[in-house]
This record gives sequence, C-alpha cells and structure tokens, in this order.
Amino acid sequence: MANAIEIGALHKSFGRTTALDGLDLEVRAGEVHAFLGPNGAGKTTTIRILLGLLRKDRGEAVLLGGDPWHDAVGLHRRLAYVPGDVTLWPGLSGGEIIDLLGRLRGGLDPKRRQALTERFDLDPTKKARAYSKGNRQKVALIAALASDAELLLLDEPTAGLDPLMEATFRDCVTEERHEGRTILLSSHILAEAEALSDRVTIIRAGRAVETGTLAEMRHLTRDLIDAELAGPVSLDGLPGVHDLVTDGPHVRCEVDHAALDDVLGRLHQAGVRTLTCRPPTLEELFLRHYSTERNVAGAPR
Amino acid sequence: MTVLARPGRAGTGLTGTGPLVKLAVRRDRYGLAAAVYVIVVGVAGTAYTLKRLYPTEAGRNALATTAAANPALRFLYGRLDGSSIGSLTAWRYGVWAGIFAALIAIFVVIRHTRSDEEAGRLELVGSAAVGRQAALVAALSTAAAGVLATSVLLCLVLPLTGLGPSGSAALALGIGCCGLAFTGITAVAAQLSPTARGARGIALGVLAVAFMVRGVGDSAGASGPSWLSWLSPLAWIQLARPFAGMRWWVLALPLAVAAAGTGLAFLIADRRDLGAGLLPDRPGRATASALLRDPFGLAWRLQRAALAGWVTGYVFLFAVCGAAAKGIGQLFGTSSALEREFTRIGGQAAITNAYLAALMLLAGLAAAGYAVSVILRMRTEETGNQAELVLATATGRIRWALSHIAVAVAGSALLLAVAGLATGLGYGLRTGSAGTWAATMTGAALAQLPPVLILAGVAIAAFGLWPRACVPAAWTALGLVVVIDLFGQVLQLSHWVLDLSPFTHAPRLPGGPVSATPLLWLCALALAAAAAGLAGLRRRDIG
Repeated sequence: MANAIEIGALHKSFGRTTALDGLDLEVRAGEVHAFLGPNGAGKTTTIRILLGLLRKDRGEAVLLGGDPWHDAVGLHRRLAYVPGDVTLWPGLSGGEIIDLLGRLRGGLDPKRRQALTERFDLDPTKKARAYSKGNRQKVALIAALASDAELLLLDEPTAGLDPLMEATFRDCVTEERHEGRTILLSSHILAEAEALSDRVTIIRAGRAVETGTLAEMRHLTRDLIDAELAGPVSLDGLPGVHDLVTDGPHVRCEVDHAALDDVLGRLHQAGVRTLTCRPPTLEELFLRHYSTERNVAGAPR
Repeated sequence: MTVLARPGRAGTGLTGTGPLVKLAVRRDRYGLAAAVYVIVVGVAGTAYTLKRLYPTEAGRNALATTAAANPALRFLYGRLDGSSIGSLTAWRYGVWAGIFAALIAIFVVIRHTRSDEEAGRLELVGSAAVGRQAALVAALSTAAAGVLATSVLLCLVLPLTGLGPSGSAALALGIGCCGLAFTGITAVAAQLSPTARGARGIALGVLAVAFMVRGVGDSAGASGPSWLSWLSPLAWIQLARPFAGMRWWVLALPLAVAAAGTGLAFLIADRRDLGAGLLPDRPGRATASALLRDPFGLAWRLQRAALAGWVTGYVFLFAVCGAAAKGIGQLFGTSSALEREFTRIGGQAAITNAYLAALMLLAGLAAAGYAVSVILRMRTEETGNQAELVLATATGRIRWALSHIAVAVAGSALLLAVAGLATGLGYGLRTGSAGTWAATMTGAALAQLPPVLILAGVAIAAFGLWPRACVPAAWTALGLVVVIDLFGQVLQLSHWVLDLSPFTHAPRLPGGPVSATPLLWLCALALAAAAAGLAGLRRRDIG
C-alpha cells in the first residue's frame, strides 16, 4: 500500500458555505505530512470526513485503502485521532479518559501509557474539569500515542502546550515516524511542520494550493538577503529583485534564484561587511500564499 | 458597549457593580421572569381554587381537621393554622413557594458567581475597572431583586383573590425572605466549592435538609420534636402565621440568615484566590475501572449521578405521597367539586384508587422527563465534541446511541418501579398488607413505561432526524403531553386531542381495566420512532 490517505477533488459544503472546494491530498504510508492552512481553510472538515463524521458531497476519499464513511469502525481500529479543540468529560479523571479512549480503540499498551504520562508530566488523577487547555490536549495526545495505530490524525495537536511540552511532542512524533507510522499533522504552527514533516500540503479556501517537500517549494521561491555594505550599490530595477529596502549601508531584498549570482556580484563590488542569505521559512512562504489575495484586493506592491 | 467605570478615577471594591447588575438581569431576564410568574400564579391560583372548591365554613373546617390529622400531608405541606381561605393557601403553597423562591436564589447566585468564575468570564470582567466585590454584590442583588419582585407582586395580587391585605403581605414577605435566606446560603456555597456543580450541590443539599427537618418537625405533632421546624427557613413562612394572627418578628430570622451568609461570603471572597474554593476538588482514579471499557460503561458513568438523585427523590416523594393516601377519601369528601375532579383524573374507581392512579401518572410524566433528558445528553455530547472523541474510535454511531438509549430505558423503568414500590409501601405500611400493595403499585407504575418510551422515542427521532431543533422539539412534545394529561379534561379538550398523549392509552391502575393491546401498540410505535431516529443518525453529519 503506497498511500495512507488519498483525496481527490473533494467537495463539502454546509448550507451555502463551501468548506472544501475540490481538495486534493495524498499522504504516503510512513511519512509525516503537514497539512497547513489558516483557520477556516478546511483542515478540520477534511479530517472529519476522513473520520467518517461528515459525509462528503462529491469527490474521492480513501483512507488506509477503505471508505472512511462505510468502513468507519474497522478503519478506526487502525488510527488514532487528536482533535484540535479537546473537550473532555468534566467528571472523569485524565487517567480514566486515556484508558477509556484506548479501550474503545481496541486496547493500549500500559507501559507506553505510563511512559508518556511521565514524559508529558500529566497528573492523571485530576478531574478533567480542573485541567487547563494544555493538559486536556496532553490527555488526548497520550491516548493517541499510547495506541498501536498505524495512522495518527493530529489536528493542531500542540495548541495550548508550553514550549517544553511542544519539544516533547516533537520527539514523540519523530519516534513514531521511525516506527513506521503515518502521521497527518494539521497545523498553523509552521516551525512545527518545518521541523517534523516530510511533505507539506498548503490549503486555502478548501483547495490545496501547494504540495510537495519543503525543498521543492523553496525551489519556486526567493531567497532573502540582508547585507551591510561598505559603499553604495544600485539594485533598483534589476530583474528578479523584489521588496528592496535601502537604509544607509543596510540593504534588504528578496531575490529570485535566477538573479542570485548577479545580485551577489554587485554586493561584492560594493564591499560586504555582513551578509545573510537564507531560504524563506515556511512562515514566510505561508504569508506569501495567503497574502496574495489581500494584496490583489488592496494596494499592489 | 457599556463603560464599566470612568478611567482615572480611583475605584472602590464596589466599582462597576451597576453595569454588572444590568448584565446579570439582561442574561436572566426571561428565566427570572418565568420563575417569578410561576410562583405568583401558583400561590394566587391556589387561593382562587380553594375559594371555589370550599365555599362554606363547614367544608373548610372539615378539610382543616383532616389535613391536621394526616402527618404525611403535614410533612408535604407544613402546618395549618386556622381554616380561612388564606390559612389554607398558606398551608397548601407556603412551603412550596418558599422552595421555588430558594431555587431562584440558588440558580441565579451560582450562575453569576461560581459558573462565571469557572468559565473564566469573571476573570475577563475582573480585568476591567471592576471592584473585587462587585461581581458578588451584583449576583446577590439580582437574586434579591428576583425574590423581592415575587413578594411585591404577591402583595398586589393576593388581595385581588379576596384575601386580607396584611395576611397577604405576611405570606408574600415570608416567601420573599425565604428566598433572601437562600441567597445568603448560596453566596457561601459559591465560595466553598471550586466548581459551579459542587456549589449548586451544597446549596441544594441545604435546601433538601431544610425541607426534611421542617417535614419531621411539622409532622411530629405535639409530643414529637416539633421544635425542629424552627431550624428550617422553609418553616418560617408558616411559623410567621400569616392569616392567623401574624408573628412578624419571625421574618427577622431569614433576614438574619441572609445577612450572616452574605457577610461570611464576602469574608471568604476577600481571602481566597480567583478560581479557588475552600473545599478542594477531589482527585479521581489514575486508571479507569474495568467497568469503563465500552460506550455502555461510559454512558452509565456519565448518567449514574443524575439517576441516583432521581431515585432518591422518587423514593422519598412517593413514599410520603403513598402514606398520604390513607384518609384521602375523607379529605376530598369535604369538597364535592374536588371529588369530581379527582375521580375524573384518576379513573372511575374509588377515590383512593383514583389518587394512587394519579400519582402513577405523575410518576410516568416525571420519568418521561428523565428519559428525554438522558436522550438529549447525546446532543450535548455531540455539540460539546465529546461524541467526536468516541466516534473516532472503533465505536459505531448506533452502538454509541444505544448506550445512551439503554440508560434512558433502564433508568426510567427503575424510576417507575421505585415509584410504585415506594407508594405501595408508604400506603401499605399504614393500612396493613404492605406486601400486596407494594406488588400492586409496582405493577401499576410499570404500566406507565410504554408511554414513557414513546416520549423517549420522539426524542431519539428528533435527535437523529432534526438535530438542530431536537432539544426544543423533544421538550415541547413532553410539555404538550403534560398539559394534555394534567389539564386536558379540565380544559375540556376534545377526545382526539386527549388521545394524542400516550399516557391516555395506558391503564389507570390500581382499579382500572387492563388491556395488553394498547400497551403493545405504544411499544411498537416507540420502537418505530427510535428506529427512524437511528436511521437518521447513521446518515447525517456529526457535529
């Protein structure tokens, strides 16, 4: 089996609102796939269709080789899910909920459960009503990670976790990947996706706008240059140079890969004091994708 | 947007109280108005009905003698001083209006103190220019305004039914002061527990104890511990003797409780942190018990506390009502109008049988309310996203729904059995042959199960087919059935309207004829409604 998730031209609308408008998504078995998009882009709707909670209007959705709607119960034995906004039963303790969710899924490994509870520093005897948002998130994460599911569906799993716990989460995901599990990680925390994922799909308004490895995406994009120079340089109007800011000896700009050699040559002639040249972070890629519309509608640069 | 305080001005602990009161009144306007309306109409309606049913002095005296002689009735309604319409009104509705006023106080105060604090809303408000005590003051003022509005309205309305103005005022103020006492008690409860649920539990517990203590005191008679009544705020309403030579000073007691409670609450509030209580939240188990392993275990776990509360209430209420059945014939023999009414509600048999059958109808209606609330819990789980957690595991939708339906069916059957058993024992132990009566009444109660299942079925159908409207739809269906069954004949509704209620088709037991056919039809219809609901649930989106 090559693909854990295969989605093609998926449509879903709620009344007059279109949530998914022909989404394509392909998650290969054994990879960590980041599913990125701003709030309201359709990430949660996609996951809920994959879980068989929502019925698709049109299009194709195959999960672990099965139909997420008709084969829901059987498929759910093979996956674990962490919702974005975890609400628990206020009267049950965290430990009880972890055990319950594990048993409902078909059993969980008590040793892993114990180890994860310690790693995430969760007090399992507290009632769920007394947990903070982060602690509720931990309960759902421990329940999912302690299972032996082959696919993990994580919907913004670190929302509410403190940086220390976020690091623990990253370690866990890396370990899971080494064990050969497939992970779909929906997020708008880009550093997380950048650090963890093999491939990325960016979704906007219910449609995938970009998919591939980060290296492939960077190939399409510009590098950022920030330099302090000894003398003046003229980059104005040069093809492939964008967003140029000159502030005395400081120069900042974005440069297309094709123009990089030319620009660096000119900087060198002017005399370089300091220079950073780096690929854009996912954050910057992301901003570019989602600011396009705004810039078209507002003032063009 | 309301400005909470002008910037730059040094505030006091009470800064911002005014806007907070406005906010509380705005959030509560419908509920509070409805609750006040229920009390006022209940008391005034009682006075009016008593006047119509007992127009003669002799009739009232006979009623008063019987009422005074029956300890179970004294337990339920309290003490009766005199035999005027006013006295009878204060007897019949004094304690219960006090309970309603206390409930208003409890729910309003908790809602605007601990609930808001638990949900984090108080933190938001507290970060504005609002004094430390402002939220508590606002909550207490709102509750006090609600109960005092009740008093004022009663003062105005009761004289219209022909009651004396000073007696009316004493009864009205007694009820209002009882509400004030519970405003103070609840203020303390809200400081003690870190959760709204816990705080509400404490306050309702105090109310239950107050009712029991008063009941024991009032039913004790001269030789027994009748002084116990003086310990209960619920008894003070009647101890002030409205319509029987007013003891106004008694009303100082609830006011003292209100003042003491309020003072204590402020003392605690000043010394504790936001979000904390004096009582710690008890820790739970670190691992789940063997019972909590499937959706059925979960549904049972979520519903068991509520069921325990219902069972306790049923045992207590129906044992007392059953015990009150002895001598009920004489009580109603004094009013031919009432006798006619009772015979009509209960069936054609003897008055005692009619009374017991009417009790079983009430047990059925309340059990239907329980069943509907259990079914609708599924909608709460769905909108609260907990259903999503369960349904994302290897649990199918139907199995998940069946787990809640199982609790609804088994729970309402248990409640009916308890109602029958308690009524039978309560009546049987006073008249002899307790065993026979227990068996008879249990059977009579369980005959109400099929109509209860119909209402559960309607709720399931609404949940599956019409999820967005299922909560109002299911409660409206129950409300219509209650109106048809309790008031249908009085309102002289036509036969086909009466036939709409499933309870119309259940046998009136004890005493009435039994036929299996309608019961089987009811079960079949309930099953069909449930199946339609489950089919809908399988097809629709969750969430």
